Amino acid sequence: MLKISVEKIDELFKAIAEKQTLYIPTDREDGASEYKKYEDGMKLSGNLNTLRSAKDFFFPQTENLADFKMEGKKIEVIDIREEAEDFVVFGVRACDARSFTILDKVFLSDPVDSYYKNRRDHGTIVTMACTKPAETCFCQTFGIDPTEPEGDVACWSDGESIFFKANTEKGQAFVDSVSGLLEDGDTTKLDETKAKTKEIMGKLPLANLSTEAFGGDKLMEHFKSEKWAELSESCLGCGTCTFVCPTCQCYDIKDFNTGNGIKRFRCWDSCMYSDFTKMAHGNIRNSQLERFRQRFMHKLVYFPSNNNGEFGCVGCGRCMSKCPISMNIVKVMKALEVK
Amino acid sequence: MQEAMISKAKQLLADGTVTRVIGWKKGEFAYDITPAIFESSEEIDRDFVYDDFTSTNVSKYLVKESKKEGKILAFLKPCDTYSLNQLTKEHRVDRDNIYVVGIPSDGKLDIEKIKAKGITGITGVERDGETLKISTVYGDETMSVADVMSNKCISCKSKKHVTYDELIGEDGEVITSDRFDMVEKLENMTSEERYNFWRGELSKCIRCNACRNVCPACTCENCVFNNPDSGVENKAAADSFEENMFHIIRAFHVAGRCTDCGECSRVCPQNIPLHLLNRKFIKDINSLYGEYQAGADTTTKAPLNDYTTEDCEASIVHERGVE
Repeated sequence: MLKISVEKIDELFKAIAEKQTLYIPTDREDGASEYKKYEDGMKLSGNLNTLRSAKDFFFPQTENLADFKMEGKKIEVIDIREEAEDFVVFGVRACDARSFTILDKVFLSDPVDSYYKNRRDHGTIVTMACTKPAETCFCQTFGIDPTEPEGDVACWSDGESIFFKANTEKGQAFVDSVSGLLEDGDTTKLDETKAKTKEIMGKLPLANLSTEAFGGDKLMEHFKSEKWAELSESCLGCGTCTFVCPTCQCYDIKDFNTGNGIKRFRCWDSCMYSDFTKMAHGNIRNSQLERFRQRFMHKLVYFPSNNNGEFGCVGCGRCMSKCPISMNIVKVMKALEVK
Repeated sequence: MQEAMISKAKQLLADGTVTRVIGWKKGEFAYDITPAIFESSEEIDRDFVYDDFTSTNVSKYLVKESKKEGKILAFLKPCDTYSLNQLTKEHRVDRDNIYVVGIPSDGKLDIEKIKAKGITGITGVERDGETLKISTVYGDETMSVADVMSNKCISCKSKKHVTYDELIGEDGEVITSDRFDMVEKLENMTSEERYNFWRGELSKCIRCNACRNVCPACTCENCVFNNPDSGVENKAAADSFEENMFHIIRAFHVAGRCTDCGECSRVCPQNIPLHLLNRKFIKDINSLYGEYQAGADTTTKAPLNDYTTEDCEASIVHERGVE
C-alpha cells in the first residue's frame, strides 16, 4: 500500500497546499482542535476529533443566498453564487465521513441544493482511521468501522507511516497528485494497529448500544412514550447539541436589511430553540418536550423512515461531551428501549 | 455526603414537607451528571448522586419548579444559594415553595481538564483525598485533584450558604479569592491587545445560547434575541460586531445581578471565558459604588438600582480615559 513516513507529513501538506486549499485539524490554545486552512508550520492535531464537525465545509453555519436591491418599485435579484474553489479536507474521522452520506441524502435529493452541491463537488475528503477511540464513541452502533473509514481517500497511521487508499475517482486524482512523495510500504504493523483498535472498540462502554428498538416502523410507540417528560425536563433549550452535531441539518432562511439592500441568508437552526418551526399560523411545537422529542425522533425514527432505514446519527459522541447538562442521544435510546 | 442527602430527601418526602426533590442523576459514565427531579424514594435510591461532578447550579430550574403545586426540596451548594437569593430578590421564584438544604462543596472537577491531559476511554473516576484515580480502557491513570478542579471552584468566593432551611454539615465562610486577577490583567492591556483578546475569544462563539440559557440571571420569558418582533433577533451573528455585542449586551443586562456562579463559562462548548466580562462589571461596581455581592441577601438595593448622592458621576468614564 502507498505510504509516507510520519516525519514527512509536513512535506505532504505543503505539496497539497501548493495546488489547492487544504484544511487540517489543528490544536487551539485551549487544547481543543478545529479545522484550519493549512499554513506552513501548522501541526496536525493528535486529538481524536475536532470540537466542531466537518459538516461546516459543505453546510456552513451561515451563508448568503442572494442579494436584493430596490430602486423605486423595481427589485433586482442578484445571484451571488460563485463556483467554489477546489479544496481538500484532511483527517476526517469515519463518523464525520459517514455524516456526509447522511447530509447528501437531504441536500442532493430532488430538489438539489446547489449551494451544498457546489462545495461537495469541489471538496476532496481525506479520512484518517481512528486508533484511540473515546468512551463517548458509538459509531459502531450505526455500522461504522472507525478502522475502515469512507471518504475519497482513506488514510491509516501505524505510528511510523501514513498509508493511503483511494476510494473514488476524485480520491485517485488526489493520490496521483502527490504520488511523488509516496512509496510502497508493508502493512504488517498497520494490520496489528487495526486489530488493536478493533479490540478496544469491543471494550468501550457503549459497545453494545443497539438500534434494534428504533427505525421508521417504531413511530407511535416512541412518539407517545411517557418518558419524554423526564428526559427533557432539565434540557436548557440551548443549541449546543445541534451545532456540534455532524448530521443536524435544519436551517432557517431570513432576510437581513443592510440599510441599502437585502441579503437573504440561511443559518443553522436548532429544534431546541423556541421559535423552531414557528410559522405564520403559530408554532407547532410549543413546549421544550416537543422540541426535544423532535431531535431524537428525527434521528432515530423519521430519518430512517424516509431513507431506507439509515439512522440520522453517526455516534461521534460530540453531544455527549458538550451538552451542558449531559443529556444526549445515548441516554434517550437507553431509556426508550426499555418497555 | 451522598448518603446523608439521600436519607434527608427520603425523610422530607415521607413526612410530607416536600413533594419533589431537585438534585442530580447518575449518567452513563463517571462524570456525565444530569440535573433531575425525583418524586419517590425508589427513584432516589436508584439514581440520586452527589459527587465530584455535580457542578450544575440547579437554582434556575426553581423559577419553573417553585411555581408548581407542592414544595420542592433543593440541595444547594454555597454558590448556588447566591443565585437563589438573587432570584428571590427579583421575584422570579416562590421561595416559600422551596425547601433548601444547604450542602457543602469542596470543589467540583472539570472532566474537560482530565480529557485535555490526553486521557480517554474513561470507565471510572475515584477520588482518594487529593489524588484522582482514573480507570480507562487503555489502563489506569492518577493525577492531582487540584490539577483538574473546575475553574469556577478554583476562584471560589464563598463556602457560606446565604439562604437555607436546613444545613447538612458545618457552614463555611466567605473567602477571598484571586478571581479578579485576570480582569486586572485585561485592564492593564492596551486597548488593542484587549480588543484582540476578546475578538479571539468571541469569534469562536457558535451562538448556541448555552451561556444565556444556563444563566440564573437570564430569566426573561422571551429574550430579545429570540423575539422575531424585536428587530435584533438573530440565530447567527451577521458580522463580528454582532458576535461581540451579543455577549457584551448580555453582560450589561446581568450587571449588578450576576452572582459570579461561573456557569456561563462552564457550559460554553467553545471554552470562551465569558465570566470575565461579568467579573469586570462586578469589579467596577465594587470600586465605583462600594463592595457589593449580588445574591448575598434578598433585601438590599443593588447599586445600579439605587441612587445616592455619593454615586460616581457619569464623567468617570471620561476620567478613566481612553487611549
